[in-house]
Amino acid sequence: MTSTLTPVRSKRSQLTKGQLPKYAPYAVLGAALIVGAAVMALIGFNAFGWGIVSALLFAVGLVSWSAAAEGSRKAKDRLATCLVVGSFLIALLPLISVIWTVLVNGIPGLLNPGFLGNSMNGVTGVYDNRAVEEGGPVLGGVYHALLGTVQITLLATVISVPVGLLTAIYLVEYGNDGRLARAITFFVDVMTGIPSIVAGLFAAAFFFAVVGPGTKTGAVAAVALSVLMIPVVVRSSEEMLKIVPNELREAAYALGVRKWRTIIKVVIPTAISGIASGVTLAIARVIGETAPILVTAGFATSINSNVFSGWMASLPTFIYTQILNPTSPANPGPSAERAWGAALVLIILVMILNLAARLIARIFAPKTGR
Amino acid sequence: MTATSLTSTQGAGRAGDKVFSGAALAAGCLILAVLFGVALFLVVQAIPALTAPAAEIQGGAGFFAYIWPIVIGTLIAAVIALVIATPIAIGVALFISHFAPRGLAAGLGYVVDLLAAIPSVVYGAWGATFLAREISPAYNWLADNMGWLPIFQGPASATGKTILTAGIVLSVMVLPIITSLSREIFLQTPKLHEEAALALGATRWEMIKMSVLPFARPGIISAVMLGLGRALGETMAVALVLSSGALTASLIQSGNQTIAAEIALNFPEASGLKVSTLIAAGLVLFVITLAVNMLARWIITRHKEFSGAN
Repeated sequence: MTSTLTPVRSKRSQLTKGQLPKYAPYAVLGAALIVGAAVMALIGFNAFGWGIVSALLFAVGLVSWSAAAEGSRKAKDRLATCLVVGSFLIALLPLISVIWTVLVNGIPGLLNPGFLGNSMNGVTGVYDNRAVEEGGPVLGGVYHALLGTVQITLLATVISVPVGLLTAIYLVEYGNDGRLARAITFFVDVMTGIPSIVAGLFAAAFFFAVVGPGTKTGAVAAVALSVLMIPVVVRSSEEMLKIVPNELREAAYALGVRKWRTIIKVVIPTAISGIASGVTLAIARVIGETAPILVTAGFATSINSNVFSGWMASLPTFIYTQILNPTSPANPGPSAERAWGAALVLIILVMILNLAARLIARIFAPKTGR
Repeated sequence: MTATSLTSTQGAGRAGDKVFSGAALAAGCLILAVLFGVALFLVVQAIPALTAPAAEIQGGAGFFAYIWPIVIGTLIAAVIALVIATPIAIGVALFISHFAPRGLAAGLGYVVDLLAAIPSVVYGAWGATFLAREISPAYNWLADNMGWLPIFQGPASATGKTILTAGIVLSVMVLPIITSLSREIFLQTPKLHEEAALALGATRWEMIKMSVLPFARPGIISAVMLGLGRALGETMAVALVLSSGALTASLIQSGNQTIAAEIALNFPEASGLKVSTLIAAGLVLFVITLAVNMLARWIITRHKEFSGAN
């Protein structure tokens, strides 16, 4: 019995000789956590420091064990793996921290009565002081900002989608990779990199020159957002139109269908899922823009439902002004609560748009043969 | 007869073709016109600030004296952001493309994209209220132990609202950009190169060093440059986080200012020559980011045929 087992065992150990056992990372991790806890107990315990110390101990322990048992090449490989996984974990920290901060601070703000239904009209520092000192309700809400955000974004979408989609059609169907098409592609790429505040300044400067100095309305903000949105729409629609198979176009031409009807009836319906989800992602991107709205629409505290006249509030500028200039400078607490509530509303909006983009891509995807 | 009827079909079809192609062409030209307009209107509105007597510009020493400290401040913030974000972003991209289990990779990519989906003002608010408070003990430690370096000269800001905090927040914001572009390029590495390296007995890290990184180098460079473009123009993180002031070498004291934050903080209440000065500052920012972005695009197109990255 032993005579049959021994050669098998020795063969296995031959193959895995010079390698750490499979359980090695887990063993080192366990040891690192215990030693880390001990170290933290000596210098004052906190979870964040424990994580950092344990991670460092884990990397050092595993790499030096590997260097001793496996040689320097394997040790370098383990070190690289530790660094790569570590960088991913580091990247997760701010994400978790931001979402946690927004949830913890935002939910009380969101649960204030009338938060979604009221504006900030007439809410002064007096009420905030009272809310802090006497424990009264935090008044005021984001209705005006929500309305402004929806209107400005909608108008920006109405401007950008036709322009962006038609440009993409020009690039794919009519451009033939000519000089103009290449110039447009290049400048669309350049436009993608325009800082958002410069887009805002452009819209402001344009309307200052055309309408008159100091023109700040929701429509100006919508123009600024379109400058940011058009390149995104062009890029995503162009990619989608490009992957429409040429056979479909040729089949339509062979039937004697005109080019414009081919595009409208064949090419766009085939690509509509990608185009729609690209547009939704573009909306999600501009809905959170603060700087261009700040310089073009100002900020208002009351409801203004006319995009073409008067300053307008929006969720991002609401957050910005509530944090930077609290309604009651003596007691910034209620303002911060409102700001975080608005941030939560904004993040929920963005997440819904991102999810919608995925759903749209799935629902409108062209039916493939089975 | 039949030939003429074929060639001279009148009616909606031909007109539709003309209208449609004309509309598509017009839309394309509109984009060129808009970009040209951005430059033109910024220049026109900026001219009063450039030609005004030096004493009337904010600070009283002319436009150049006004702009150069905030240009330097912008560069400092962007460089801090890139120094922190680039290694982490490349690590994350490698993790998603080559280290994570295949089934998890797509989901993890989505998690990183979530970072990009969070609006900048939320990052700003997070940086101003959470990060600045949590990080100020670290600044005190830096001031005590590394204070001999000019960039860590004490006394550290008590609120933590410094250019270094702003740079850290910016690095979080540019991280998803660099990550997603690098990830795309890492995934395009020819499978045969990778398999050849592994077949020669390379470890995973040696395979990455030999086949993936050389292939992706131009792509990484341009991803970093695009991240730089974003970091230069980002407004809200800096406007909310930084308590601004004069140009200082120390990163852990309050002070310094960036162009974008300067515009956002002052434009809403500005009037007259001040508007013009701020628009001129915006023009400077536009030129800087334009140069950076065009350089990045140029690197991509130069290496397009090798890497397939676009």
